[in-house]
Amino acid sequence: MGSAREEILARIRAAGAARPVTVPREYRRERRVADPVALFAERIADYRAVVRSGPVELIGECLGARGVRTMVVPADVPAHWRVSGVRWLVDDDPPLELSVVDGVDGVLTGCAVAIAETGTIVLDAGQAQGRRLLSLVPDYHLCVVRTDQIEVTVAQALSRLDPLRPLTFISGPSATSDIELDRVEGVHGPRTLEVLIVDG
Amino acid sequence: MGRNPVTWLGSPVFPKAAHTALADTQLRANLRKATTTIRDKRASAVAELADWEELRRAGEAIKDDVLANLDTYLLRLEESVTARGGVVHWARDAEEANRIVLDLAREHGADEVVKVKSMATAEIGLNEALEAGGIRAVETDLAELIVQLGRDRPSHILVPAIHRNRAEIREIFRREMSEAPVSDDPRELAEAARRHLRRKFLSARVAVSGANFAVADTGSIVVVESEGNGRMCLTLPQTLITVMGIEKLVPSWRDLEVFLQLLPRSSTAERMNPYTSVWTGVTPGDGPSRFHLVLLDNGRTATLADEVGRQALRCIRCSACLNVCPVYERTGGQAYGSVYPGPIGAILAPQLADDPSDEQAASLPYASSLCGACYEVCPVRINIPQALTHLRAKVVRNKGGRNPEALAMAAAAWVFADPRRFEAAQRAGSLSRLLTGAGPIGRLPWPGSKWTATRDAPSLPKESFRLWWRRNRG
Amino acid sequence: MSNPRVALFATCLTDTLYPETAKAVVRLLERLGCTVDFPLEQTCCGQLHFNTGYADEARSLAHRYAEVFEGYDYVVAPSGSCAGMVRETHPGLCGSSVPVERTFELSEFLVDVLGVTDVGAYFPHRVTYHPTCHSLRMLGVGEKPLRLLRQVRGLELVELPQAEQCCGFGGTFALKNAETSTAMLADKMRCVQDTGAQVVTAGDNSCLMHISGGLSRLRTGVRGIHLAEILASTEEQPWVATP
Repeated sequence: MGSAREEILARIRAAGAARPVTVPREYRRERRVADPVALFAERIADYRAVVRSGPVELIGECLGARGVRTMVVPADVPAHWRVSGVRWLVDDDPPLELSVVDGVDGVLTGCAVAIAETGTIVLDAGQAQGRRLLSLVPDYHLCVVRTDQIEVTVAQALSRLDPLRPLTFISGPSATSDIELDRVEGVHGPRTLEVLIVDG
Repeated sequence: MGRNPVTWLGSPVFPKAAHTALADTQLRANLRKATTTIRDKRASAVAELADWEELRRAGEAIKDDVLANLDTYLLRLEESVTARGGVVHWARDAEEANRIVLDLAREHGADEVVKVKSMATAEIGLNEALEAGGIRAVETDLAELIVQLGRDRPSHILVPAIHRNRAEIREIFRREMSEAPVSDDPRELAEAARRHLRRKFLSARVAVSGANFAVADTGSIVVVESEGNGRMCLTLPQTLITVMGIEKLVPSWRDLEVFLQLLPRSSTAERMNPYTSVWTGVTPGDGPSRFHLVLLDNGRTATLADEVGRQALRCIRCSACLNVCPVYERTGGQAYGSVYPGPIGAILAPQLADDPSDEQAASLPYASSLCGACYEVCPVRINIPQALTHLRAKVVRNKGGRNPEALAMAAAAWVFADPRRFEAAQRAGSLSRLLTGAGPIGRLPWPGSKWTATRDAPSLPKESFRLWWRRNRG
Repeated sequence: MSNPRVALFATCLTDTLYPETAKAVVRLLERLGCTVDFPLEQTCCGQLHFNTGYADEARSLAHRYAEVFEGYDYVVAPSGSCAGMVRETHPGLCGSSVPVERTFELSEFLVDVLGVTDVGAYFPHRVTYHPTCHSLRMLGVGEKPLRLLRQVRGLELVELPQAEQCCGFGGTFALKNAETSTAMLADKMRCVQDTGAQVVTAGDNSCLMHISGGLSRLRTGVRGIHLAEILASTEEQPWVATP
C-alpha cells in the first residue's frame, strides 16, 4: 500500500500546482427574513412535504388522518409524543430488527436543525432522532421541528452541526429526476414526509 | 499499468459517433425535451440567490486551494478518516482501485454489492472488474439501473439514462424485472424500481459508493442524492467501500456551505436535493461497522501537472454544462465515448486518458463550437472554452506538422504575416476558400465540400475592402 | 467626445468577403463625427489559428495586431468574435497592450464610448437579431445591439426565439464537425423563419455567413445583413444589395 501512496503524493508534488490561494467569501452567510418559520414551511411544502404547525399534540391528528397503526420511534423521544391509539415500537437496546422497521407504517423523529431557505431538515442521530435507518426504511416519516431549530441559510445551519456525527439532510420526500429530467416524488426513501412545526 | 478505461475502447472519433447519433430522431427528441426542461429550471433556481456570482467565485477558489495543496489535504484526510475508524487505500490507476475493491468485497464474503451512483467507479469500470471476479454489482440509482438493465452505456453525468424516454424505460423494465411496471408513468416506473431493489437493500452486506465531497479536517464524506438509494447503501450494509477521486476534497467543514448551495441548484435545479448524507469513519450502532476509503488517481495527477488543463479538476459533476451545450443536445452523451460526456467530458476525458495515441480522445476537444454557454453556467467557473483551445493545441503538437490541416494553417499564417501576401491572396480568391473552407462558386472538394453540402458560400466581391480603401482613401 | 481617432479593424473575413460591411462602418462612424483610419498593415487577429490549436501562429498575429494599432485612440471591429479574441486572448498570448484594451466591438463602441443609441438610421424592413456567442458571452454586449436597432426608423424588430443558442458556426467546427454544425444551423434557421423576418442581422459576418448560407441554400428569401450595414443605412443613402 505504501508505494501507491508515496507515488501519488510524489506526482502531486511534481505537478507544480502549489501556490497561495485566497478564498473570497463575499457571499452572504446570513440573511434576515421577516418570518423564517413561514419561509421554512413554504419551502419544504414546495417539494411536496406535508406541513402542519401547532402544538405537539397534533401528532395524534397527523397519524389519525393517515390511518397509521404501528410507528417506530427512537428511545429518547419525549413521552408525550407517543400519543394513544397507535402501537409504538421503541428502538432501544437491543435495537429493532431491520425487518421489523421495514414492516411498520411510519417513523416519528425530531431533528437537529432546519434550513428555511432550502426547506431542509437535518438529523444528526441526536436527541429524538435515533439511528439513520429509522428515518429511511419506513414509508412515512413524521418529523417534529421546533421553531428554535430553524435557521435561515445553509451556512447558519452548518455552523450549528457537528460533522463528526452522522448527518442526514432531508428536503422533501424521496424523489427522482431520472426520467426525462422531470421530478417525481417517491422512490426508495419515505414517500411521505410530514413536518410538524411546534413552538420552542 | 493497464489502459485507462475512462474512454471506451473501440469508440469511434467524435464526428463519426455524432453522425450515428444525429440520425437517431428518437434520441434527439428525448435529449431536446430533457435538456430544455432542466435549463429553465436551473436558471430560476440560480436567480433566487442574489449572491450566486460570489458563491461561484468562492467555489472556484476553494477548489483551487485544494489543487494547490493537494498533498497536504489528502494526508490530513487520511489521518482524520483513520482516527475515526476508517481504512484508507490509495490507487494509482483503475486496475489498482478495482483490485482493492474486489479484494475487500471478497474478504467480507459478498457475492453481490449494492452501489450508489458514482462517476469514479464508472470511470474505472468497477462493475466489469467485479463481475470478472465473480461479484455482481447492483446499481441502485434509477438511471444507473436503467442503463444496467438495458445493457446500455451512460450518456449523462447526472442522469445516465437521459437518452431514454419513459416508453423505452418501461420496455426495459418489462423485459428485466419480475414485477413489471403497469404503465410508463414515471411514478409507476419509480415504484417498479423500488420493488425491484428493496430486498437487495435489506440483505446486502457490502455497499460501494463514490463521494461528492470529503472534508480534509474532519474526515467527513458527503454523498448528495435524491432517491434514498444512497442512504440505503450508506447505512444498511455492514461494510461500506467509498471510491473517490483525489480532487474531491474540500479543506474544512465550512466550505460545504458553498458547495451545498452550488451543486443542487446547478445539477437538478433544486434549492436542495432530497437527501444529503454525511458520515465520518464509523459510528458504533449506526450504519456500517467497517468503512474503507479508496483514494483514486487514475490520470488526475497528470491533469494537475497541466497549468491550464488542471481547472477541469475543480469539477463537482453537476452536469449543468451538458444541459446547456448545443453540441451535447444534438449528439447526446454516448457520442463522446466516455463516462464524462459533454463540455466537461471534452476536457476531462482526454486529460485523464493521458494517451497521445488515442485518436478518439484527441477528437473530443474539437467537439465544441466554443459558444461559451458551459463556462457561463459552471458553478466553479471552469473556463471550458479556454481549456478546449489549450487541449487542441496539445493535439496539434502531438500530430506534428505534416498533415493537410497543419499545412493549410501554416500557409494561412504565412499569408497573414504580410499584408502584401494577404492582398495577393485576396485577389487570387484563395483567401476566400480558406476562410469559408469553401469557395466562391459551386461545390468544392474537401474541405470545401463540408461547407457547401448544406450552405451556400458567399459570392466573391468585386474587390476587397482594402482595395476599395486604397482607391478611395489611400 | 470630439473627433475621436478610430482605427477600423475590418477583420480578415469582412475585408475579403464582406467589403460592404467595412464601408458601412466607415460611413457610420464618420457620420457620428469620428475620424476613421484603416491601417493597411492589418491582416488577421489569429482567432482561426488559436481556436484550431495553432497557438504559436496566433501569437505572432497578436503581436502584429498590437504593432499595427498602436497610437490610435480606439480600434473598432465589426465582429464580437474578433474583438473578443483580441481582448480576451491576446493578453495571454503577447501580454496586454494599449490597442488591446482600446479595442471595441462596434455596438459597444457606439453605446459605451460615443454614448449614442440613435444613430440616425433608416431601414424599413422586418428584422430579427441573432446575438452571436462571443459578443454575448465573451464581450457581454448584452442589449446594446438591440438598443441601437430599436432606434432605427422604419425597422420592425422581431424577437428571435431561443436567440442565445449557438448557430453552429464555430470556425473550423463547421468543417470538423460538419454534421453537428448543420443540425445546430437547422434549428437556428427554423427559429429565424418562425419570426417571419425578411432580414436576420448580427454583429459577426462569420456567423451570418453560416446562417445566410443555409437560408440561401433553402431558398427562404431571408437575407443575412450585418448590423453595421443596417445602422449605416439612411433615407438619403439606403442600404442596397450588392450584386
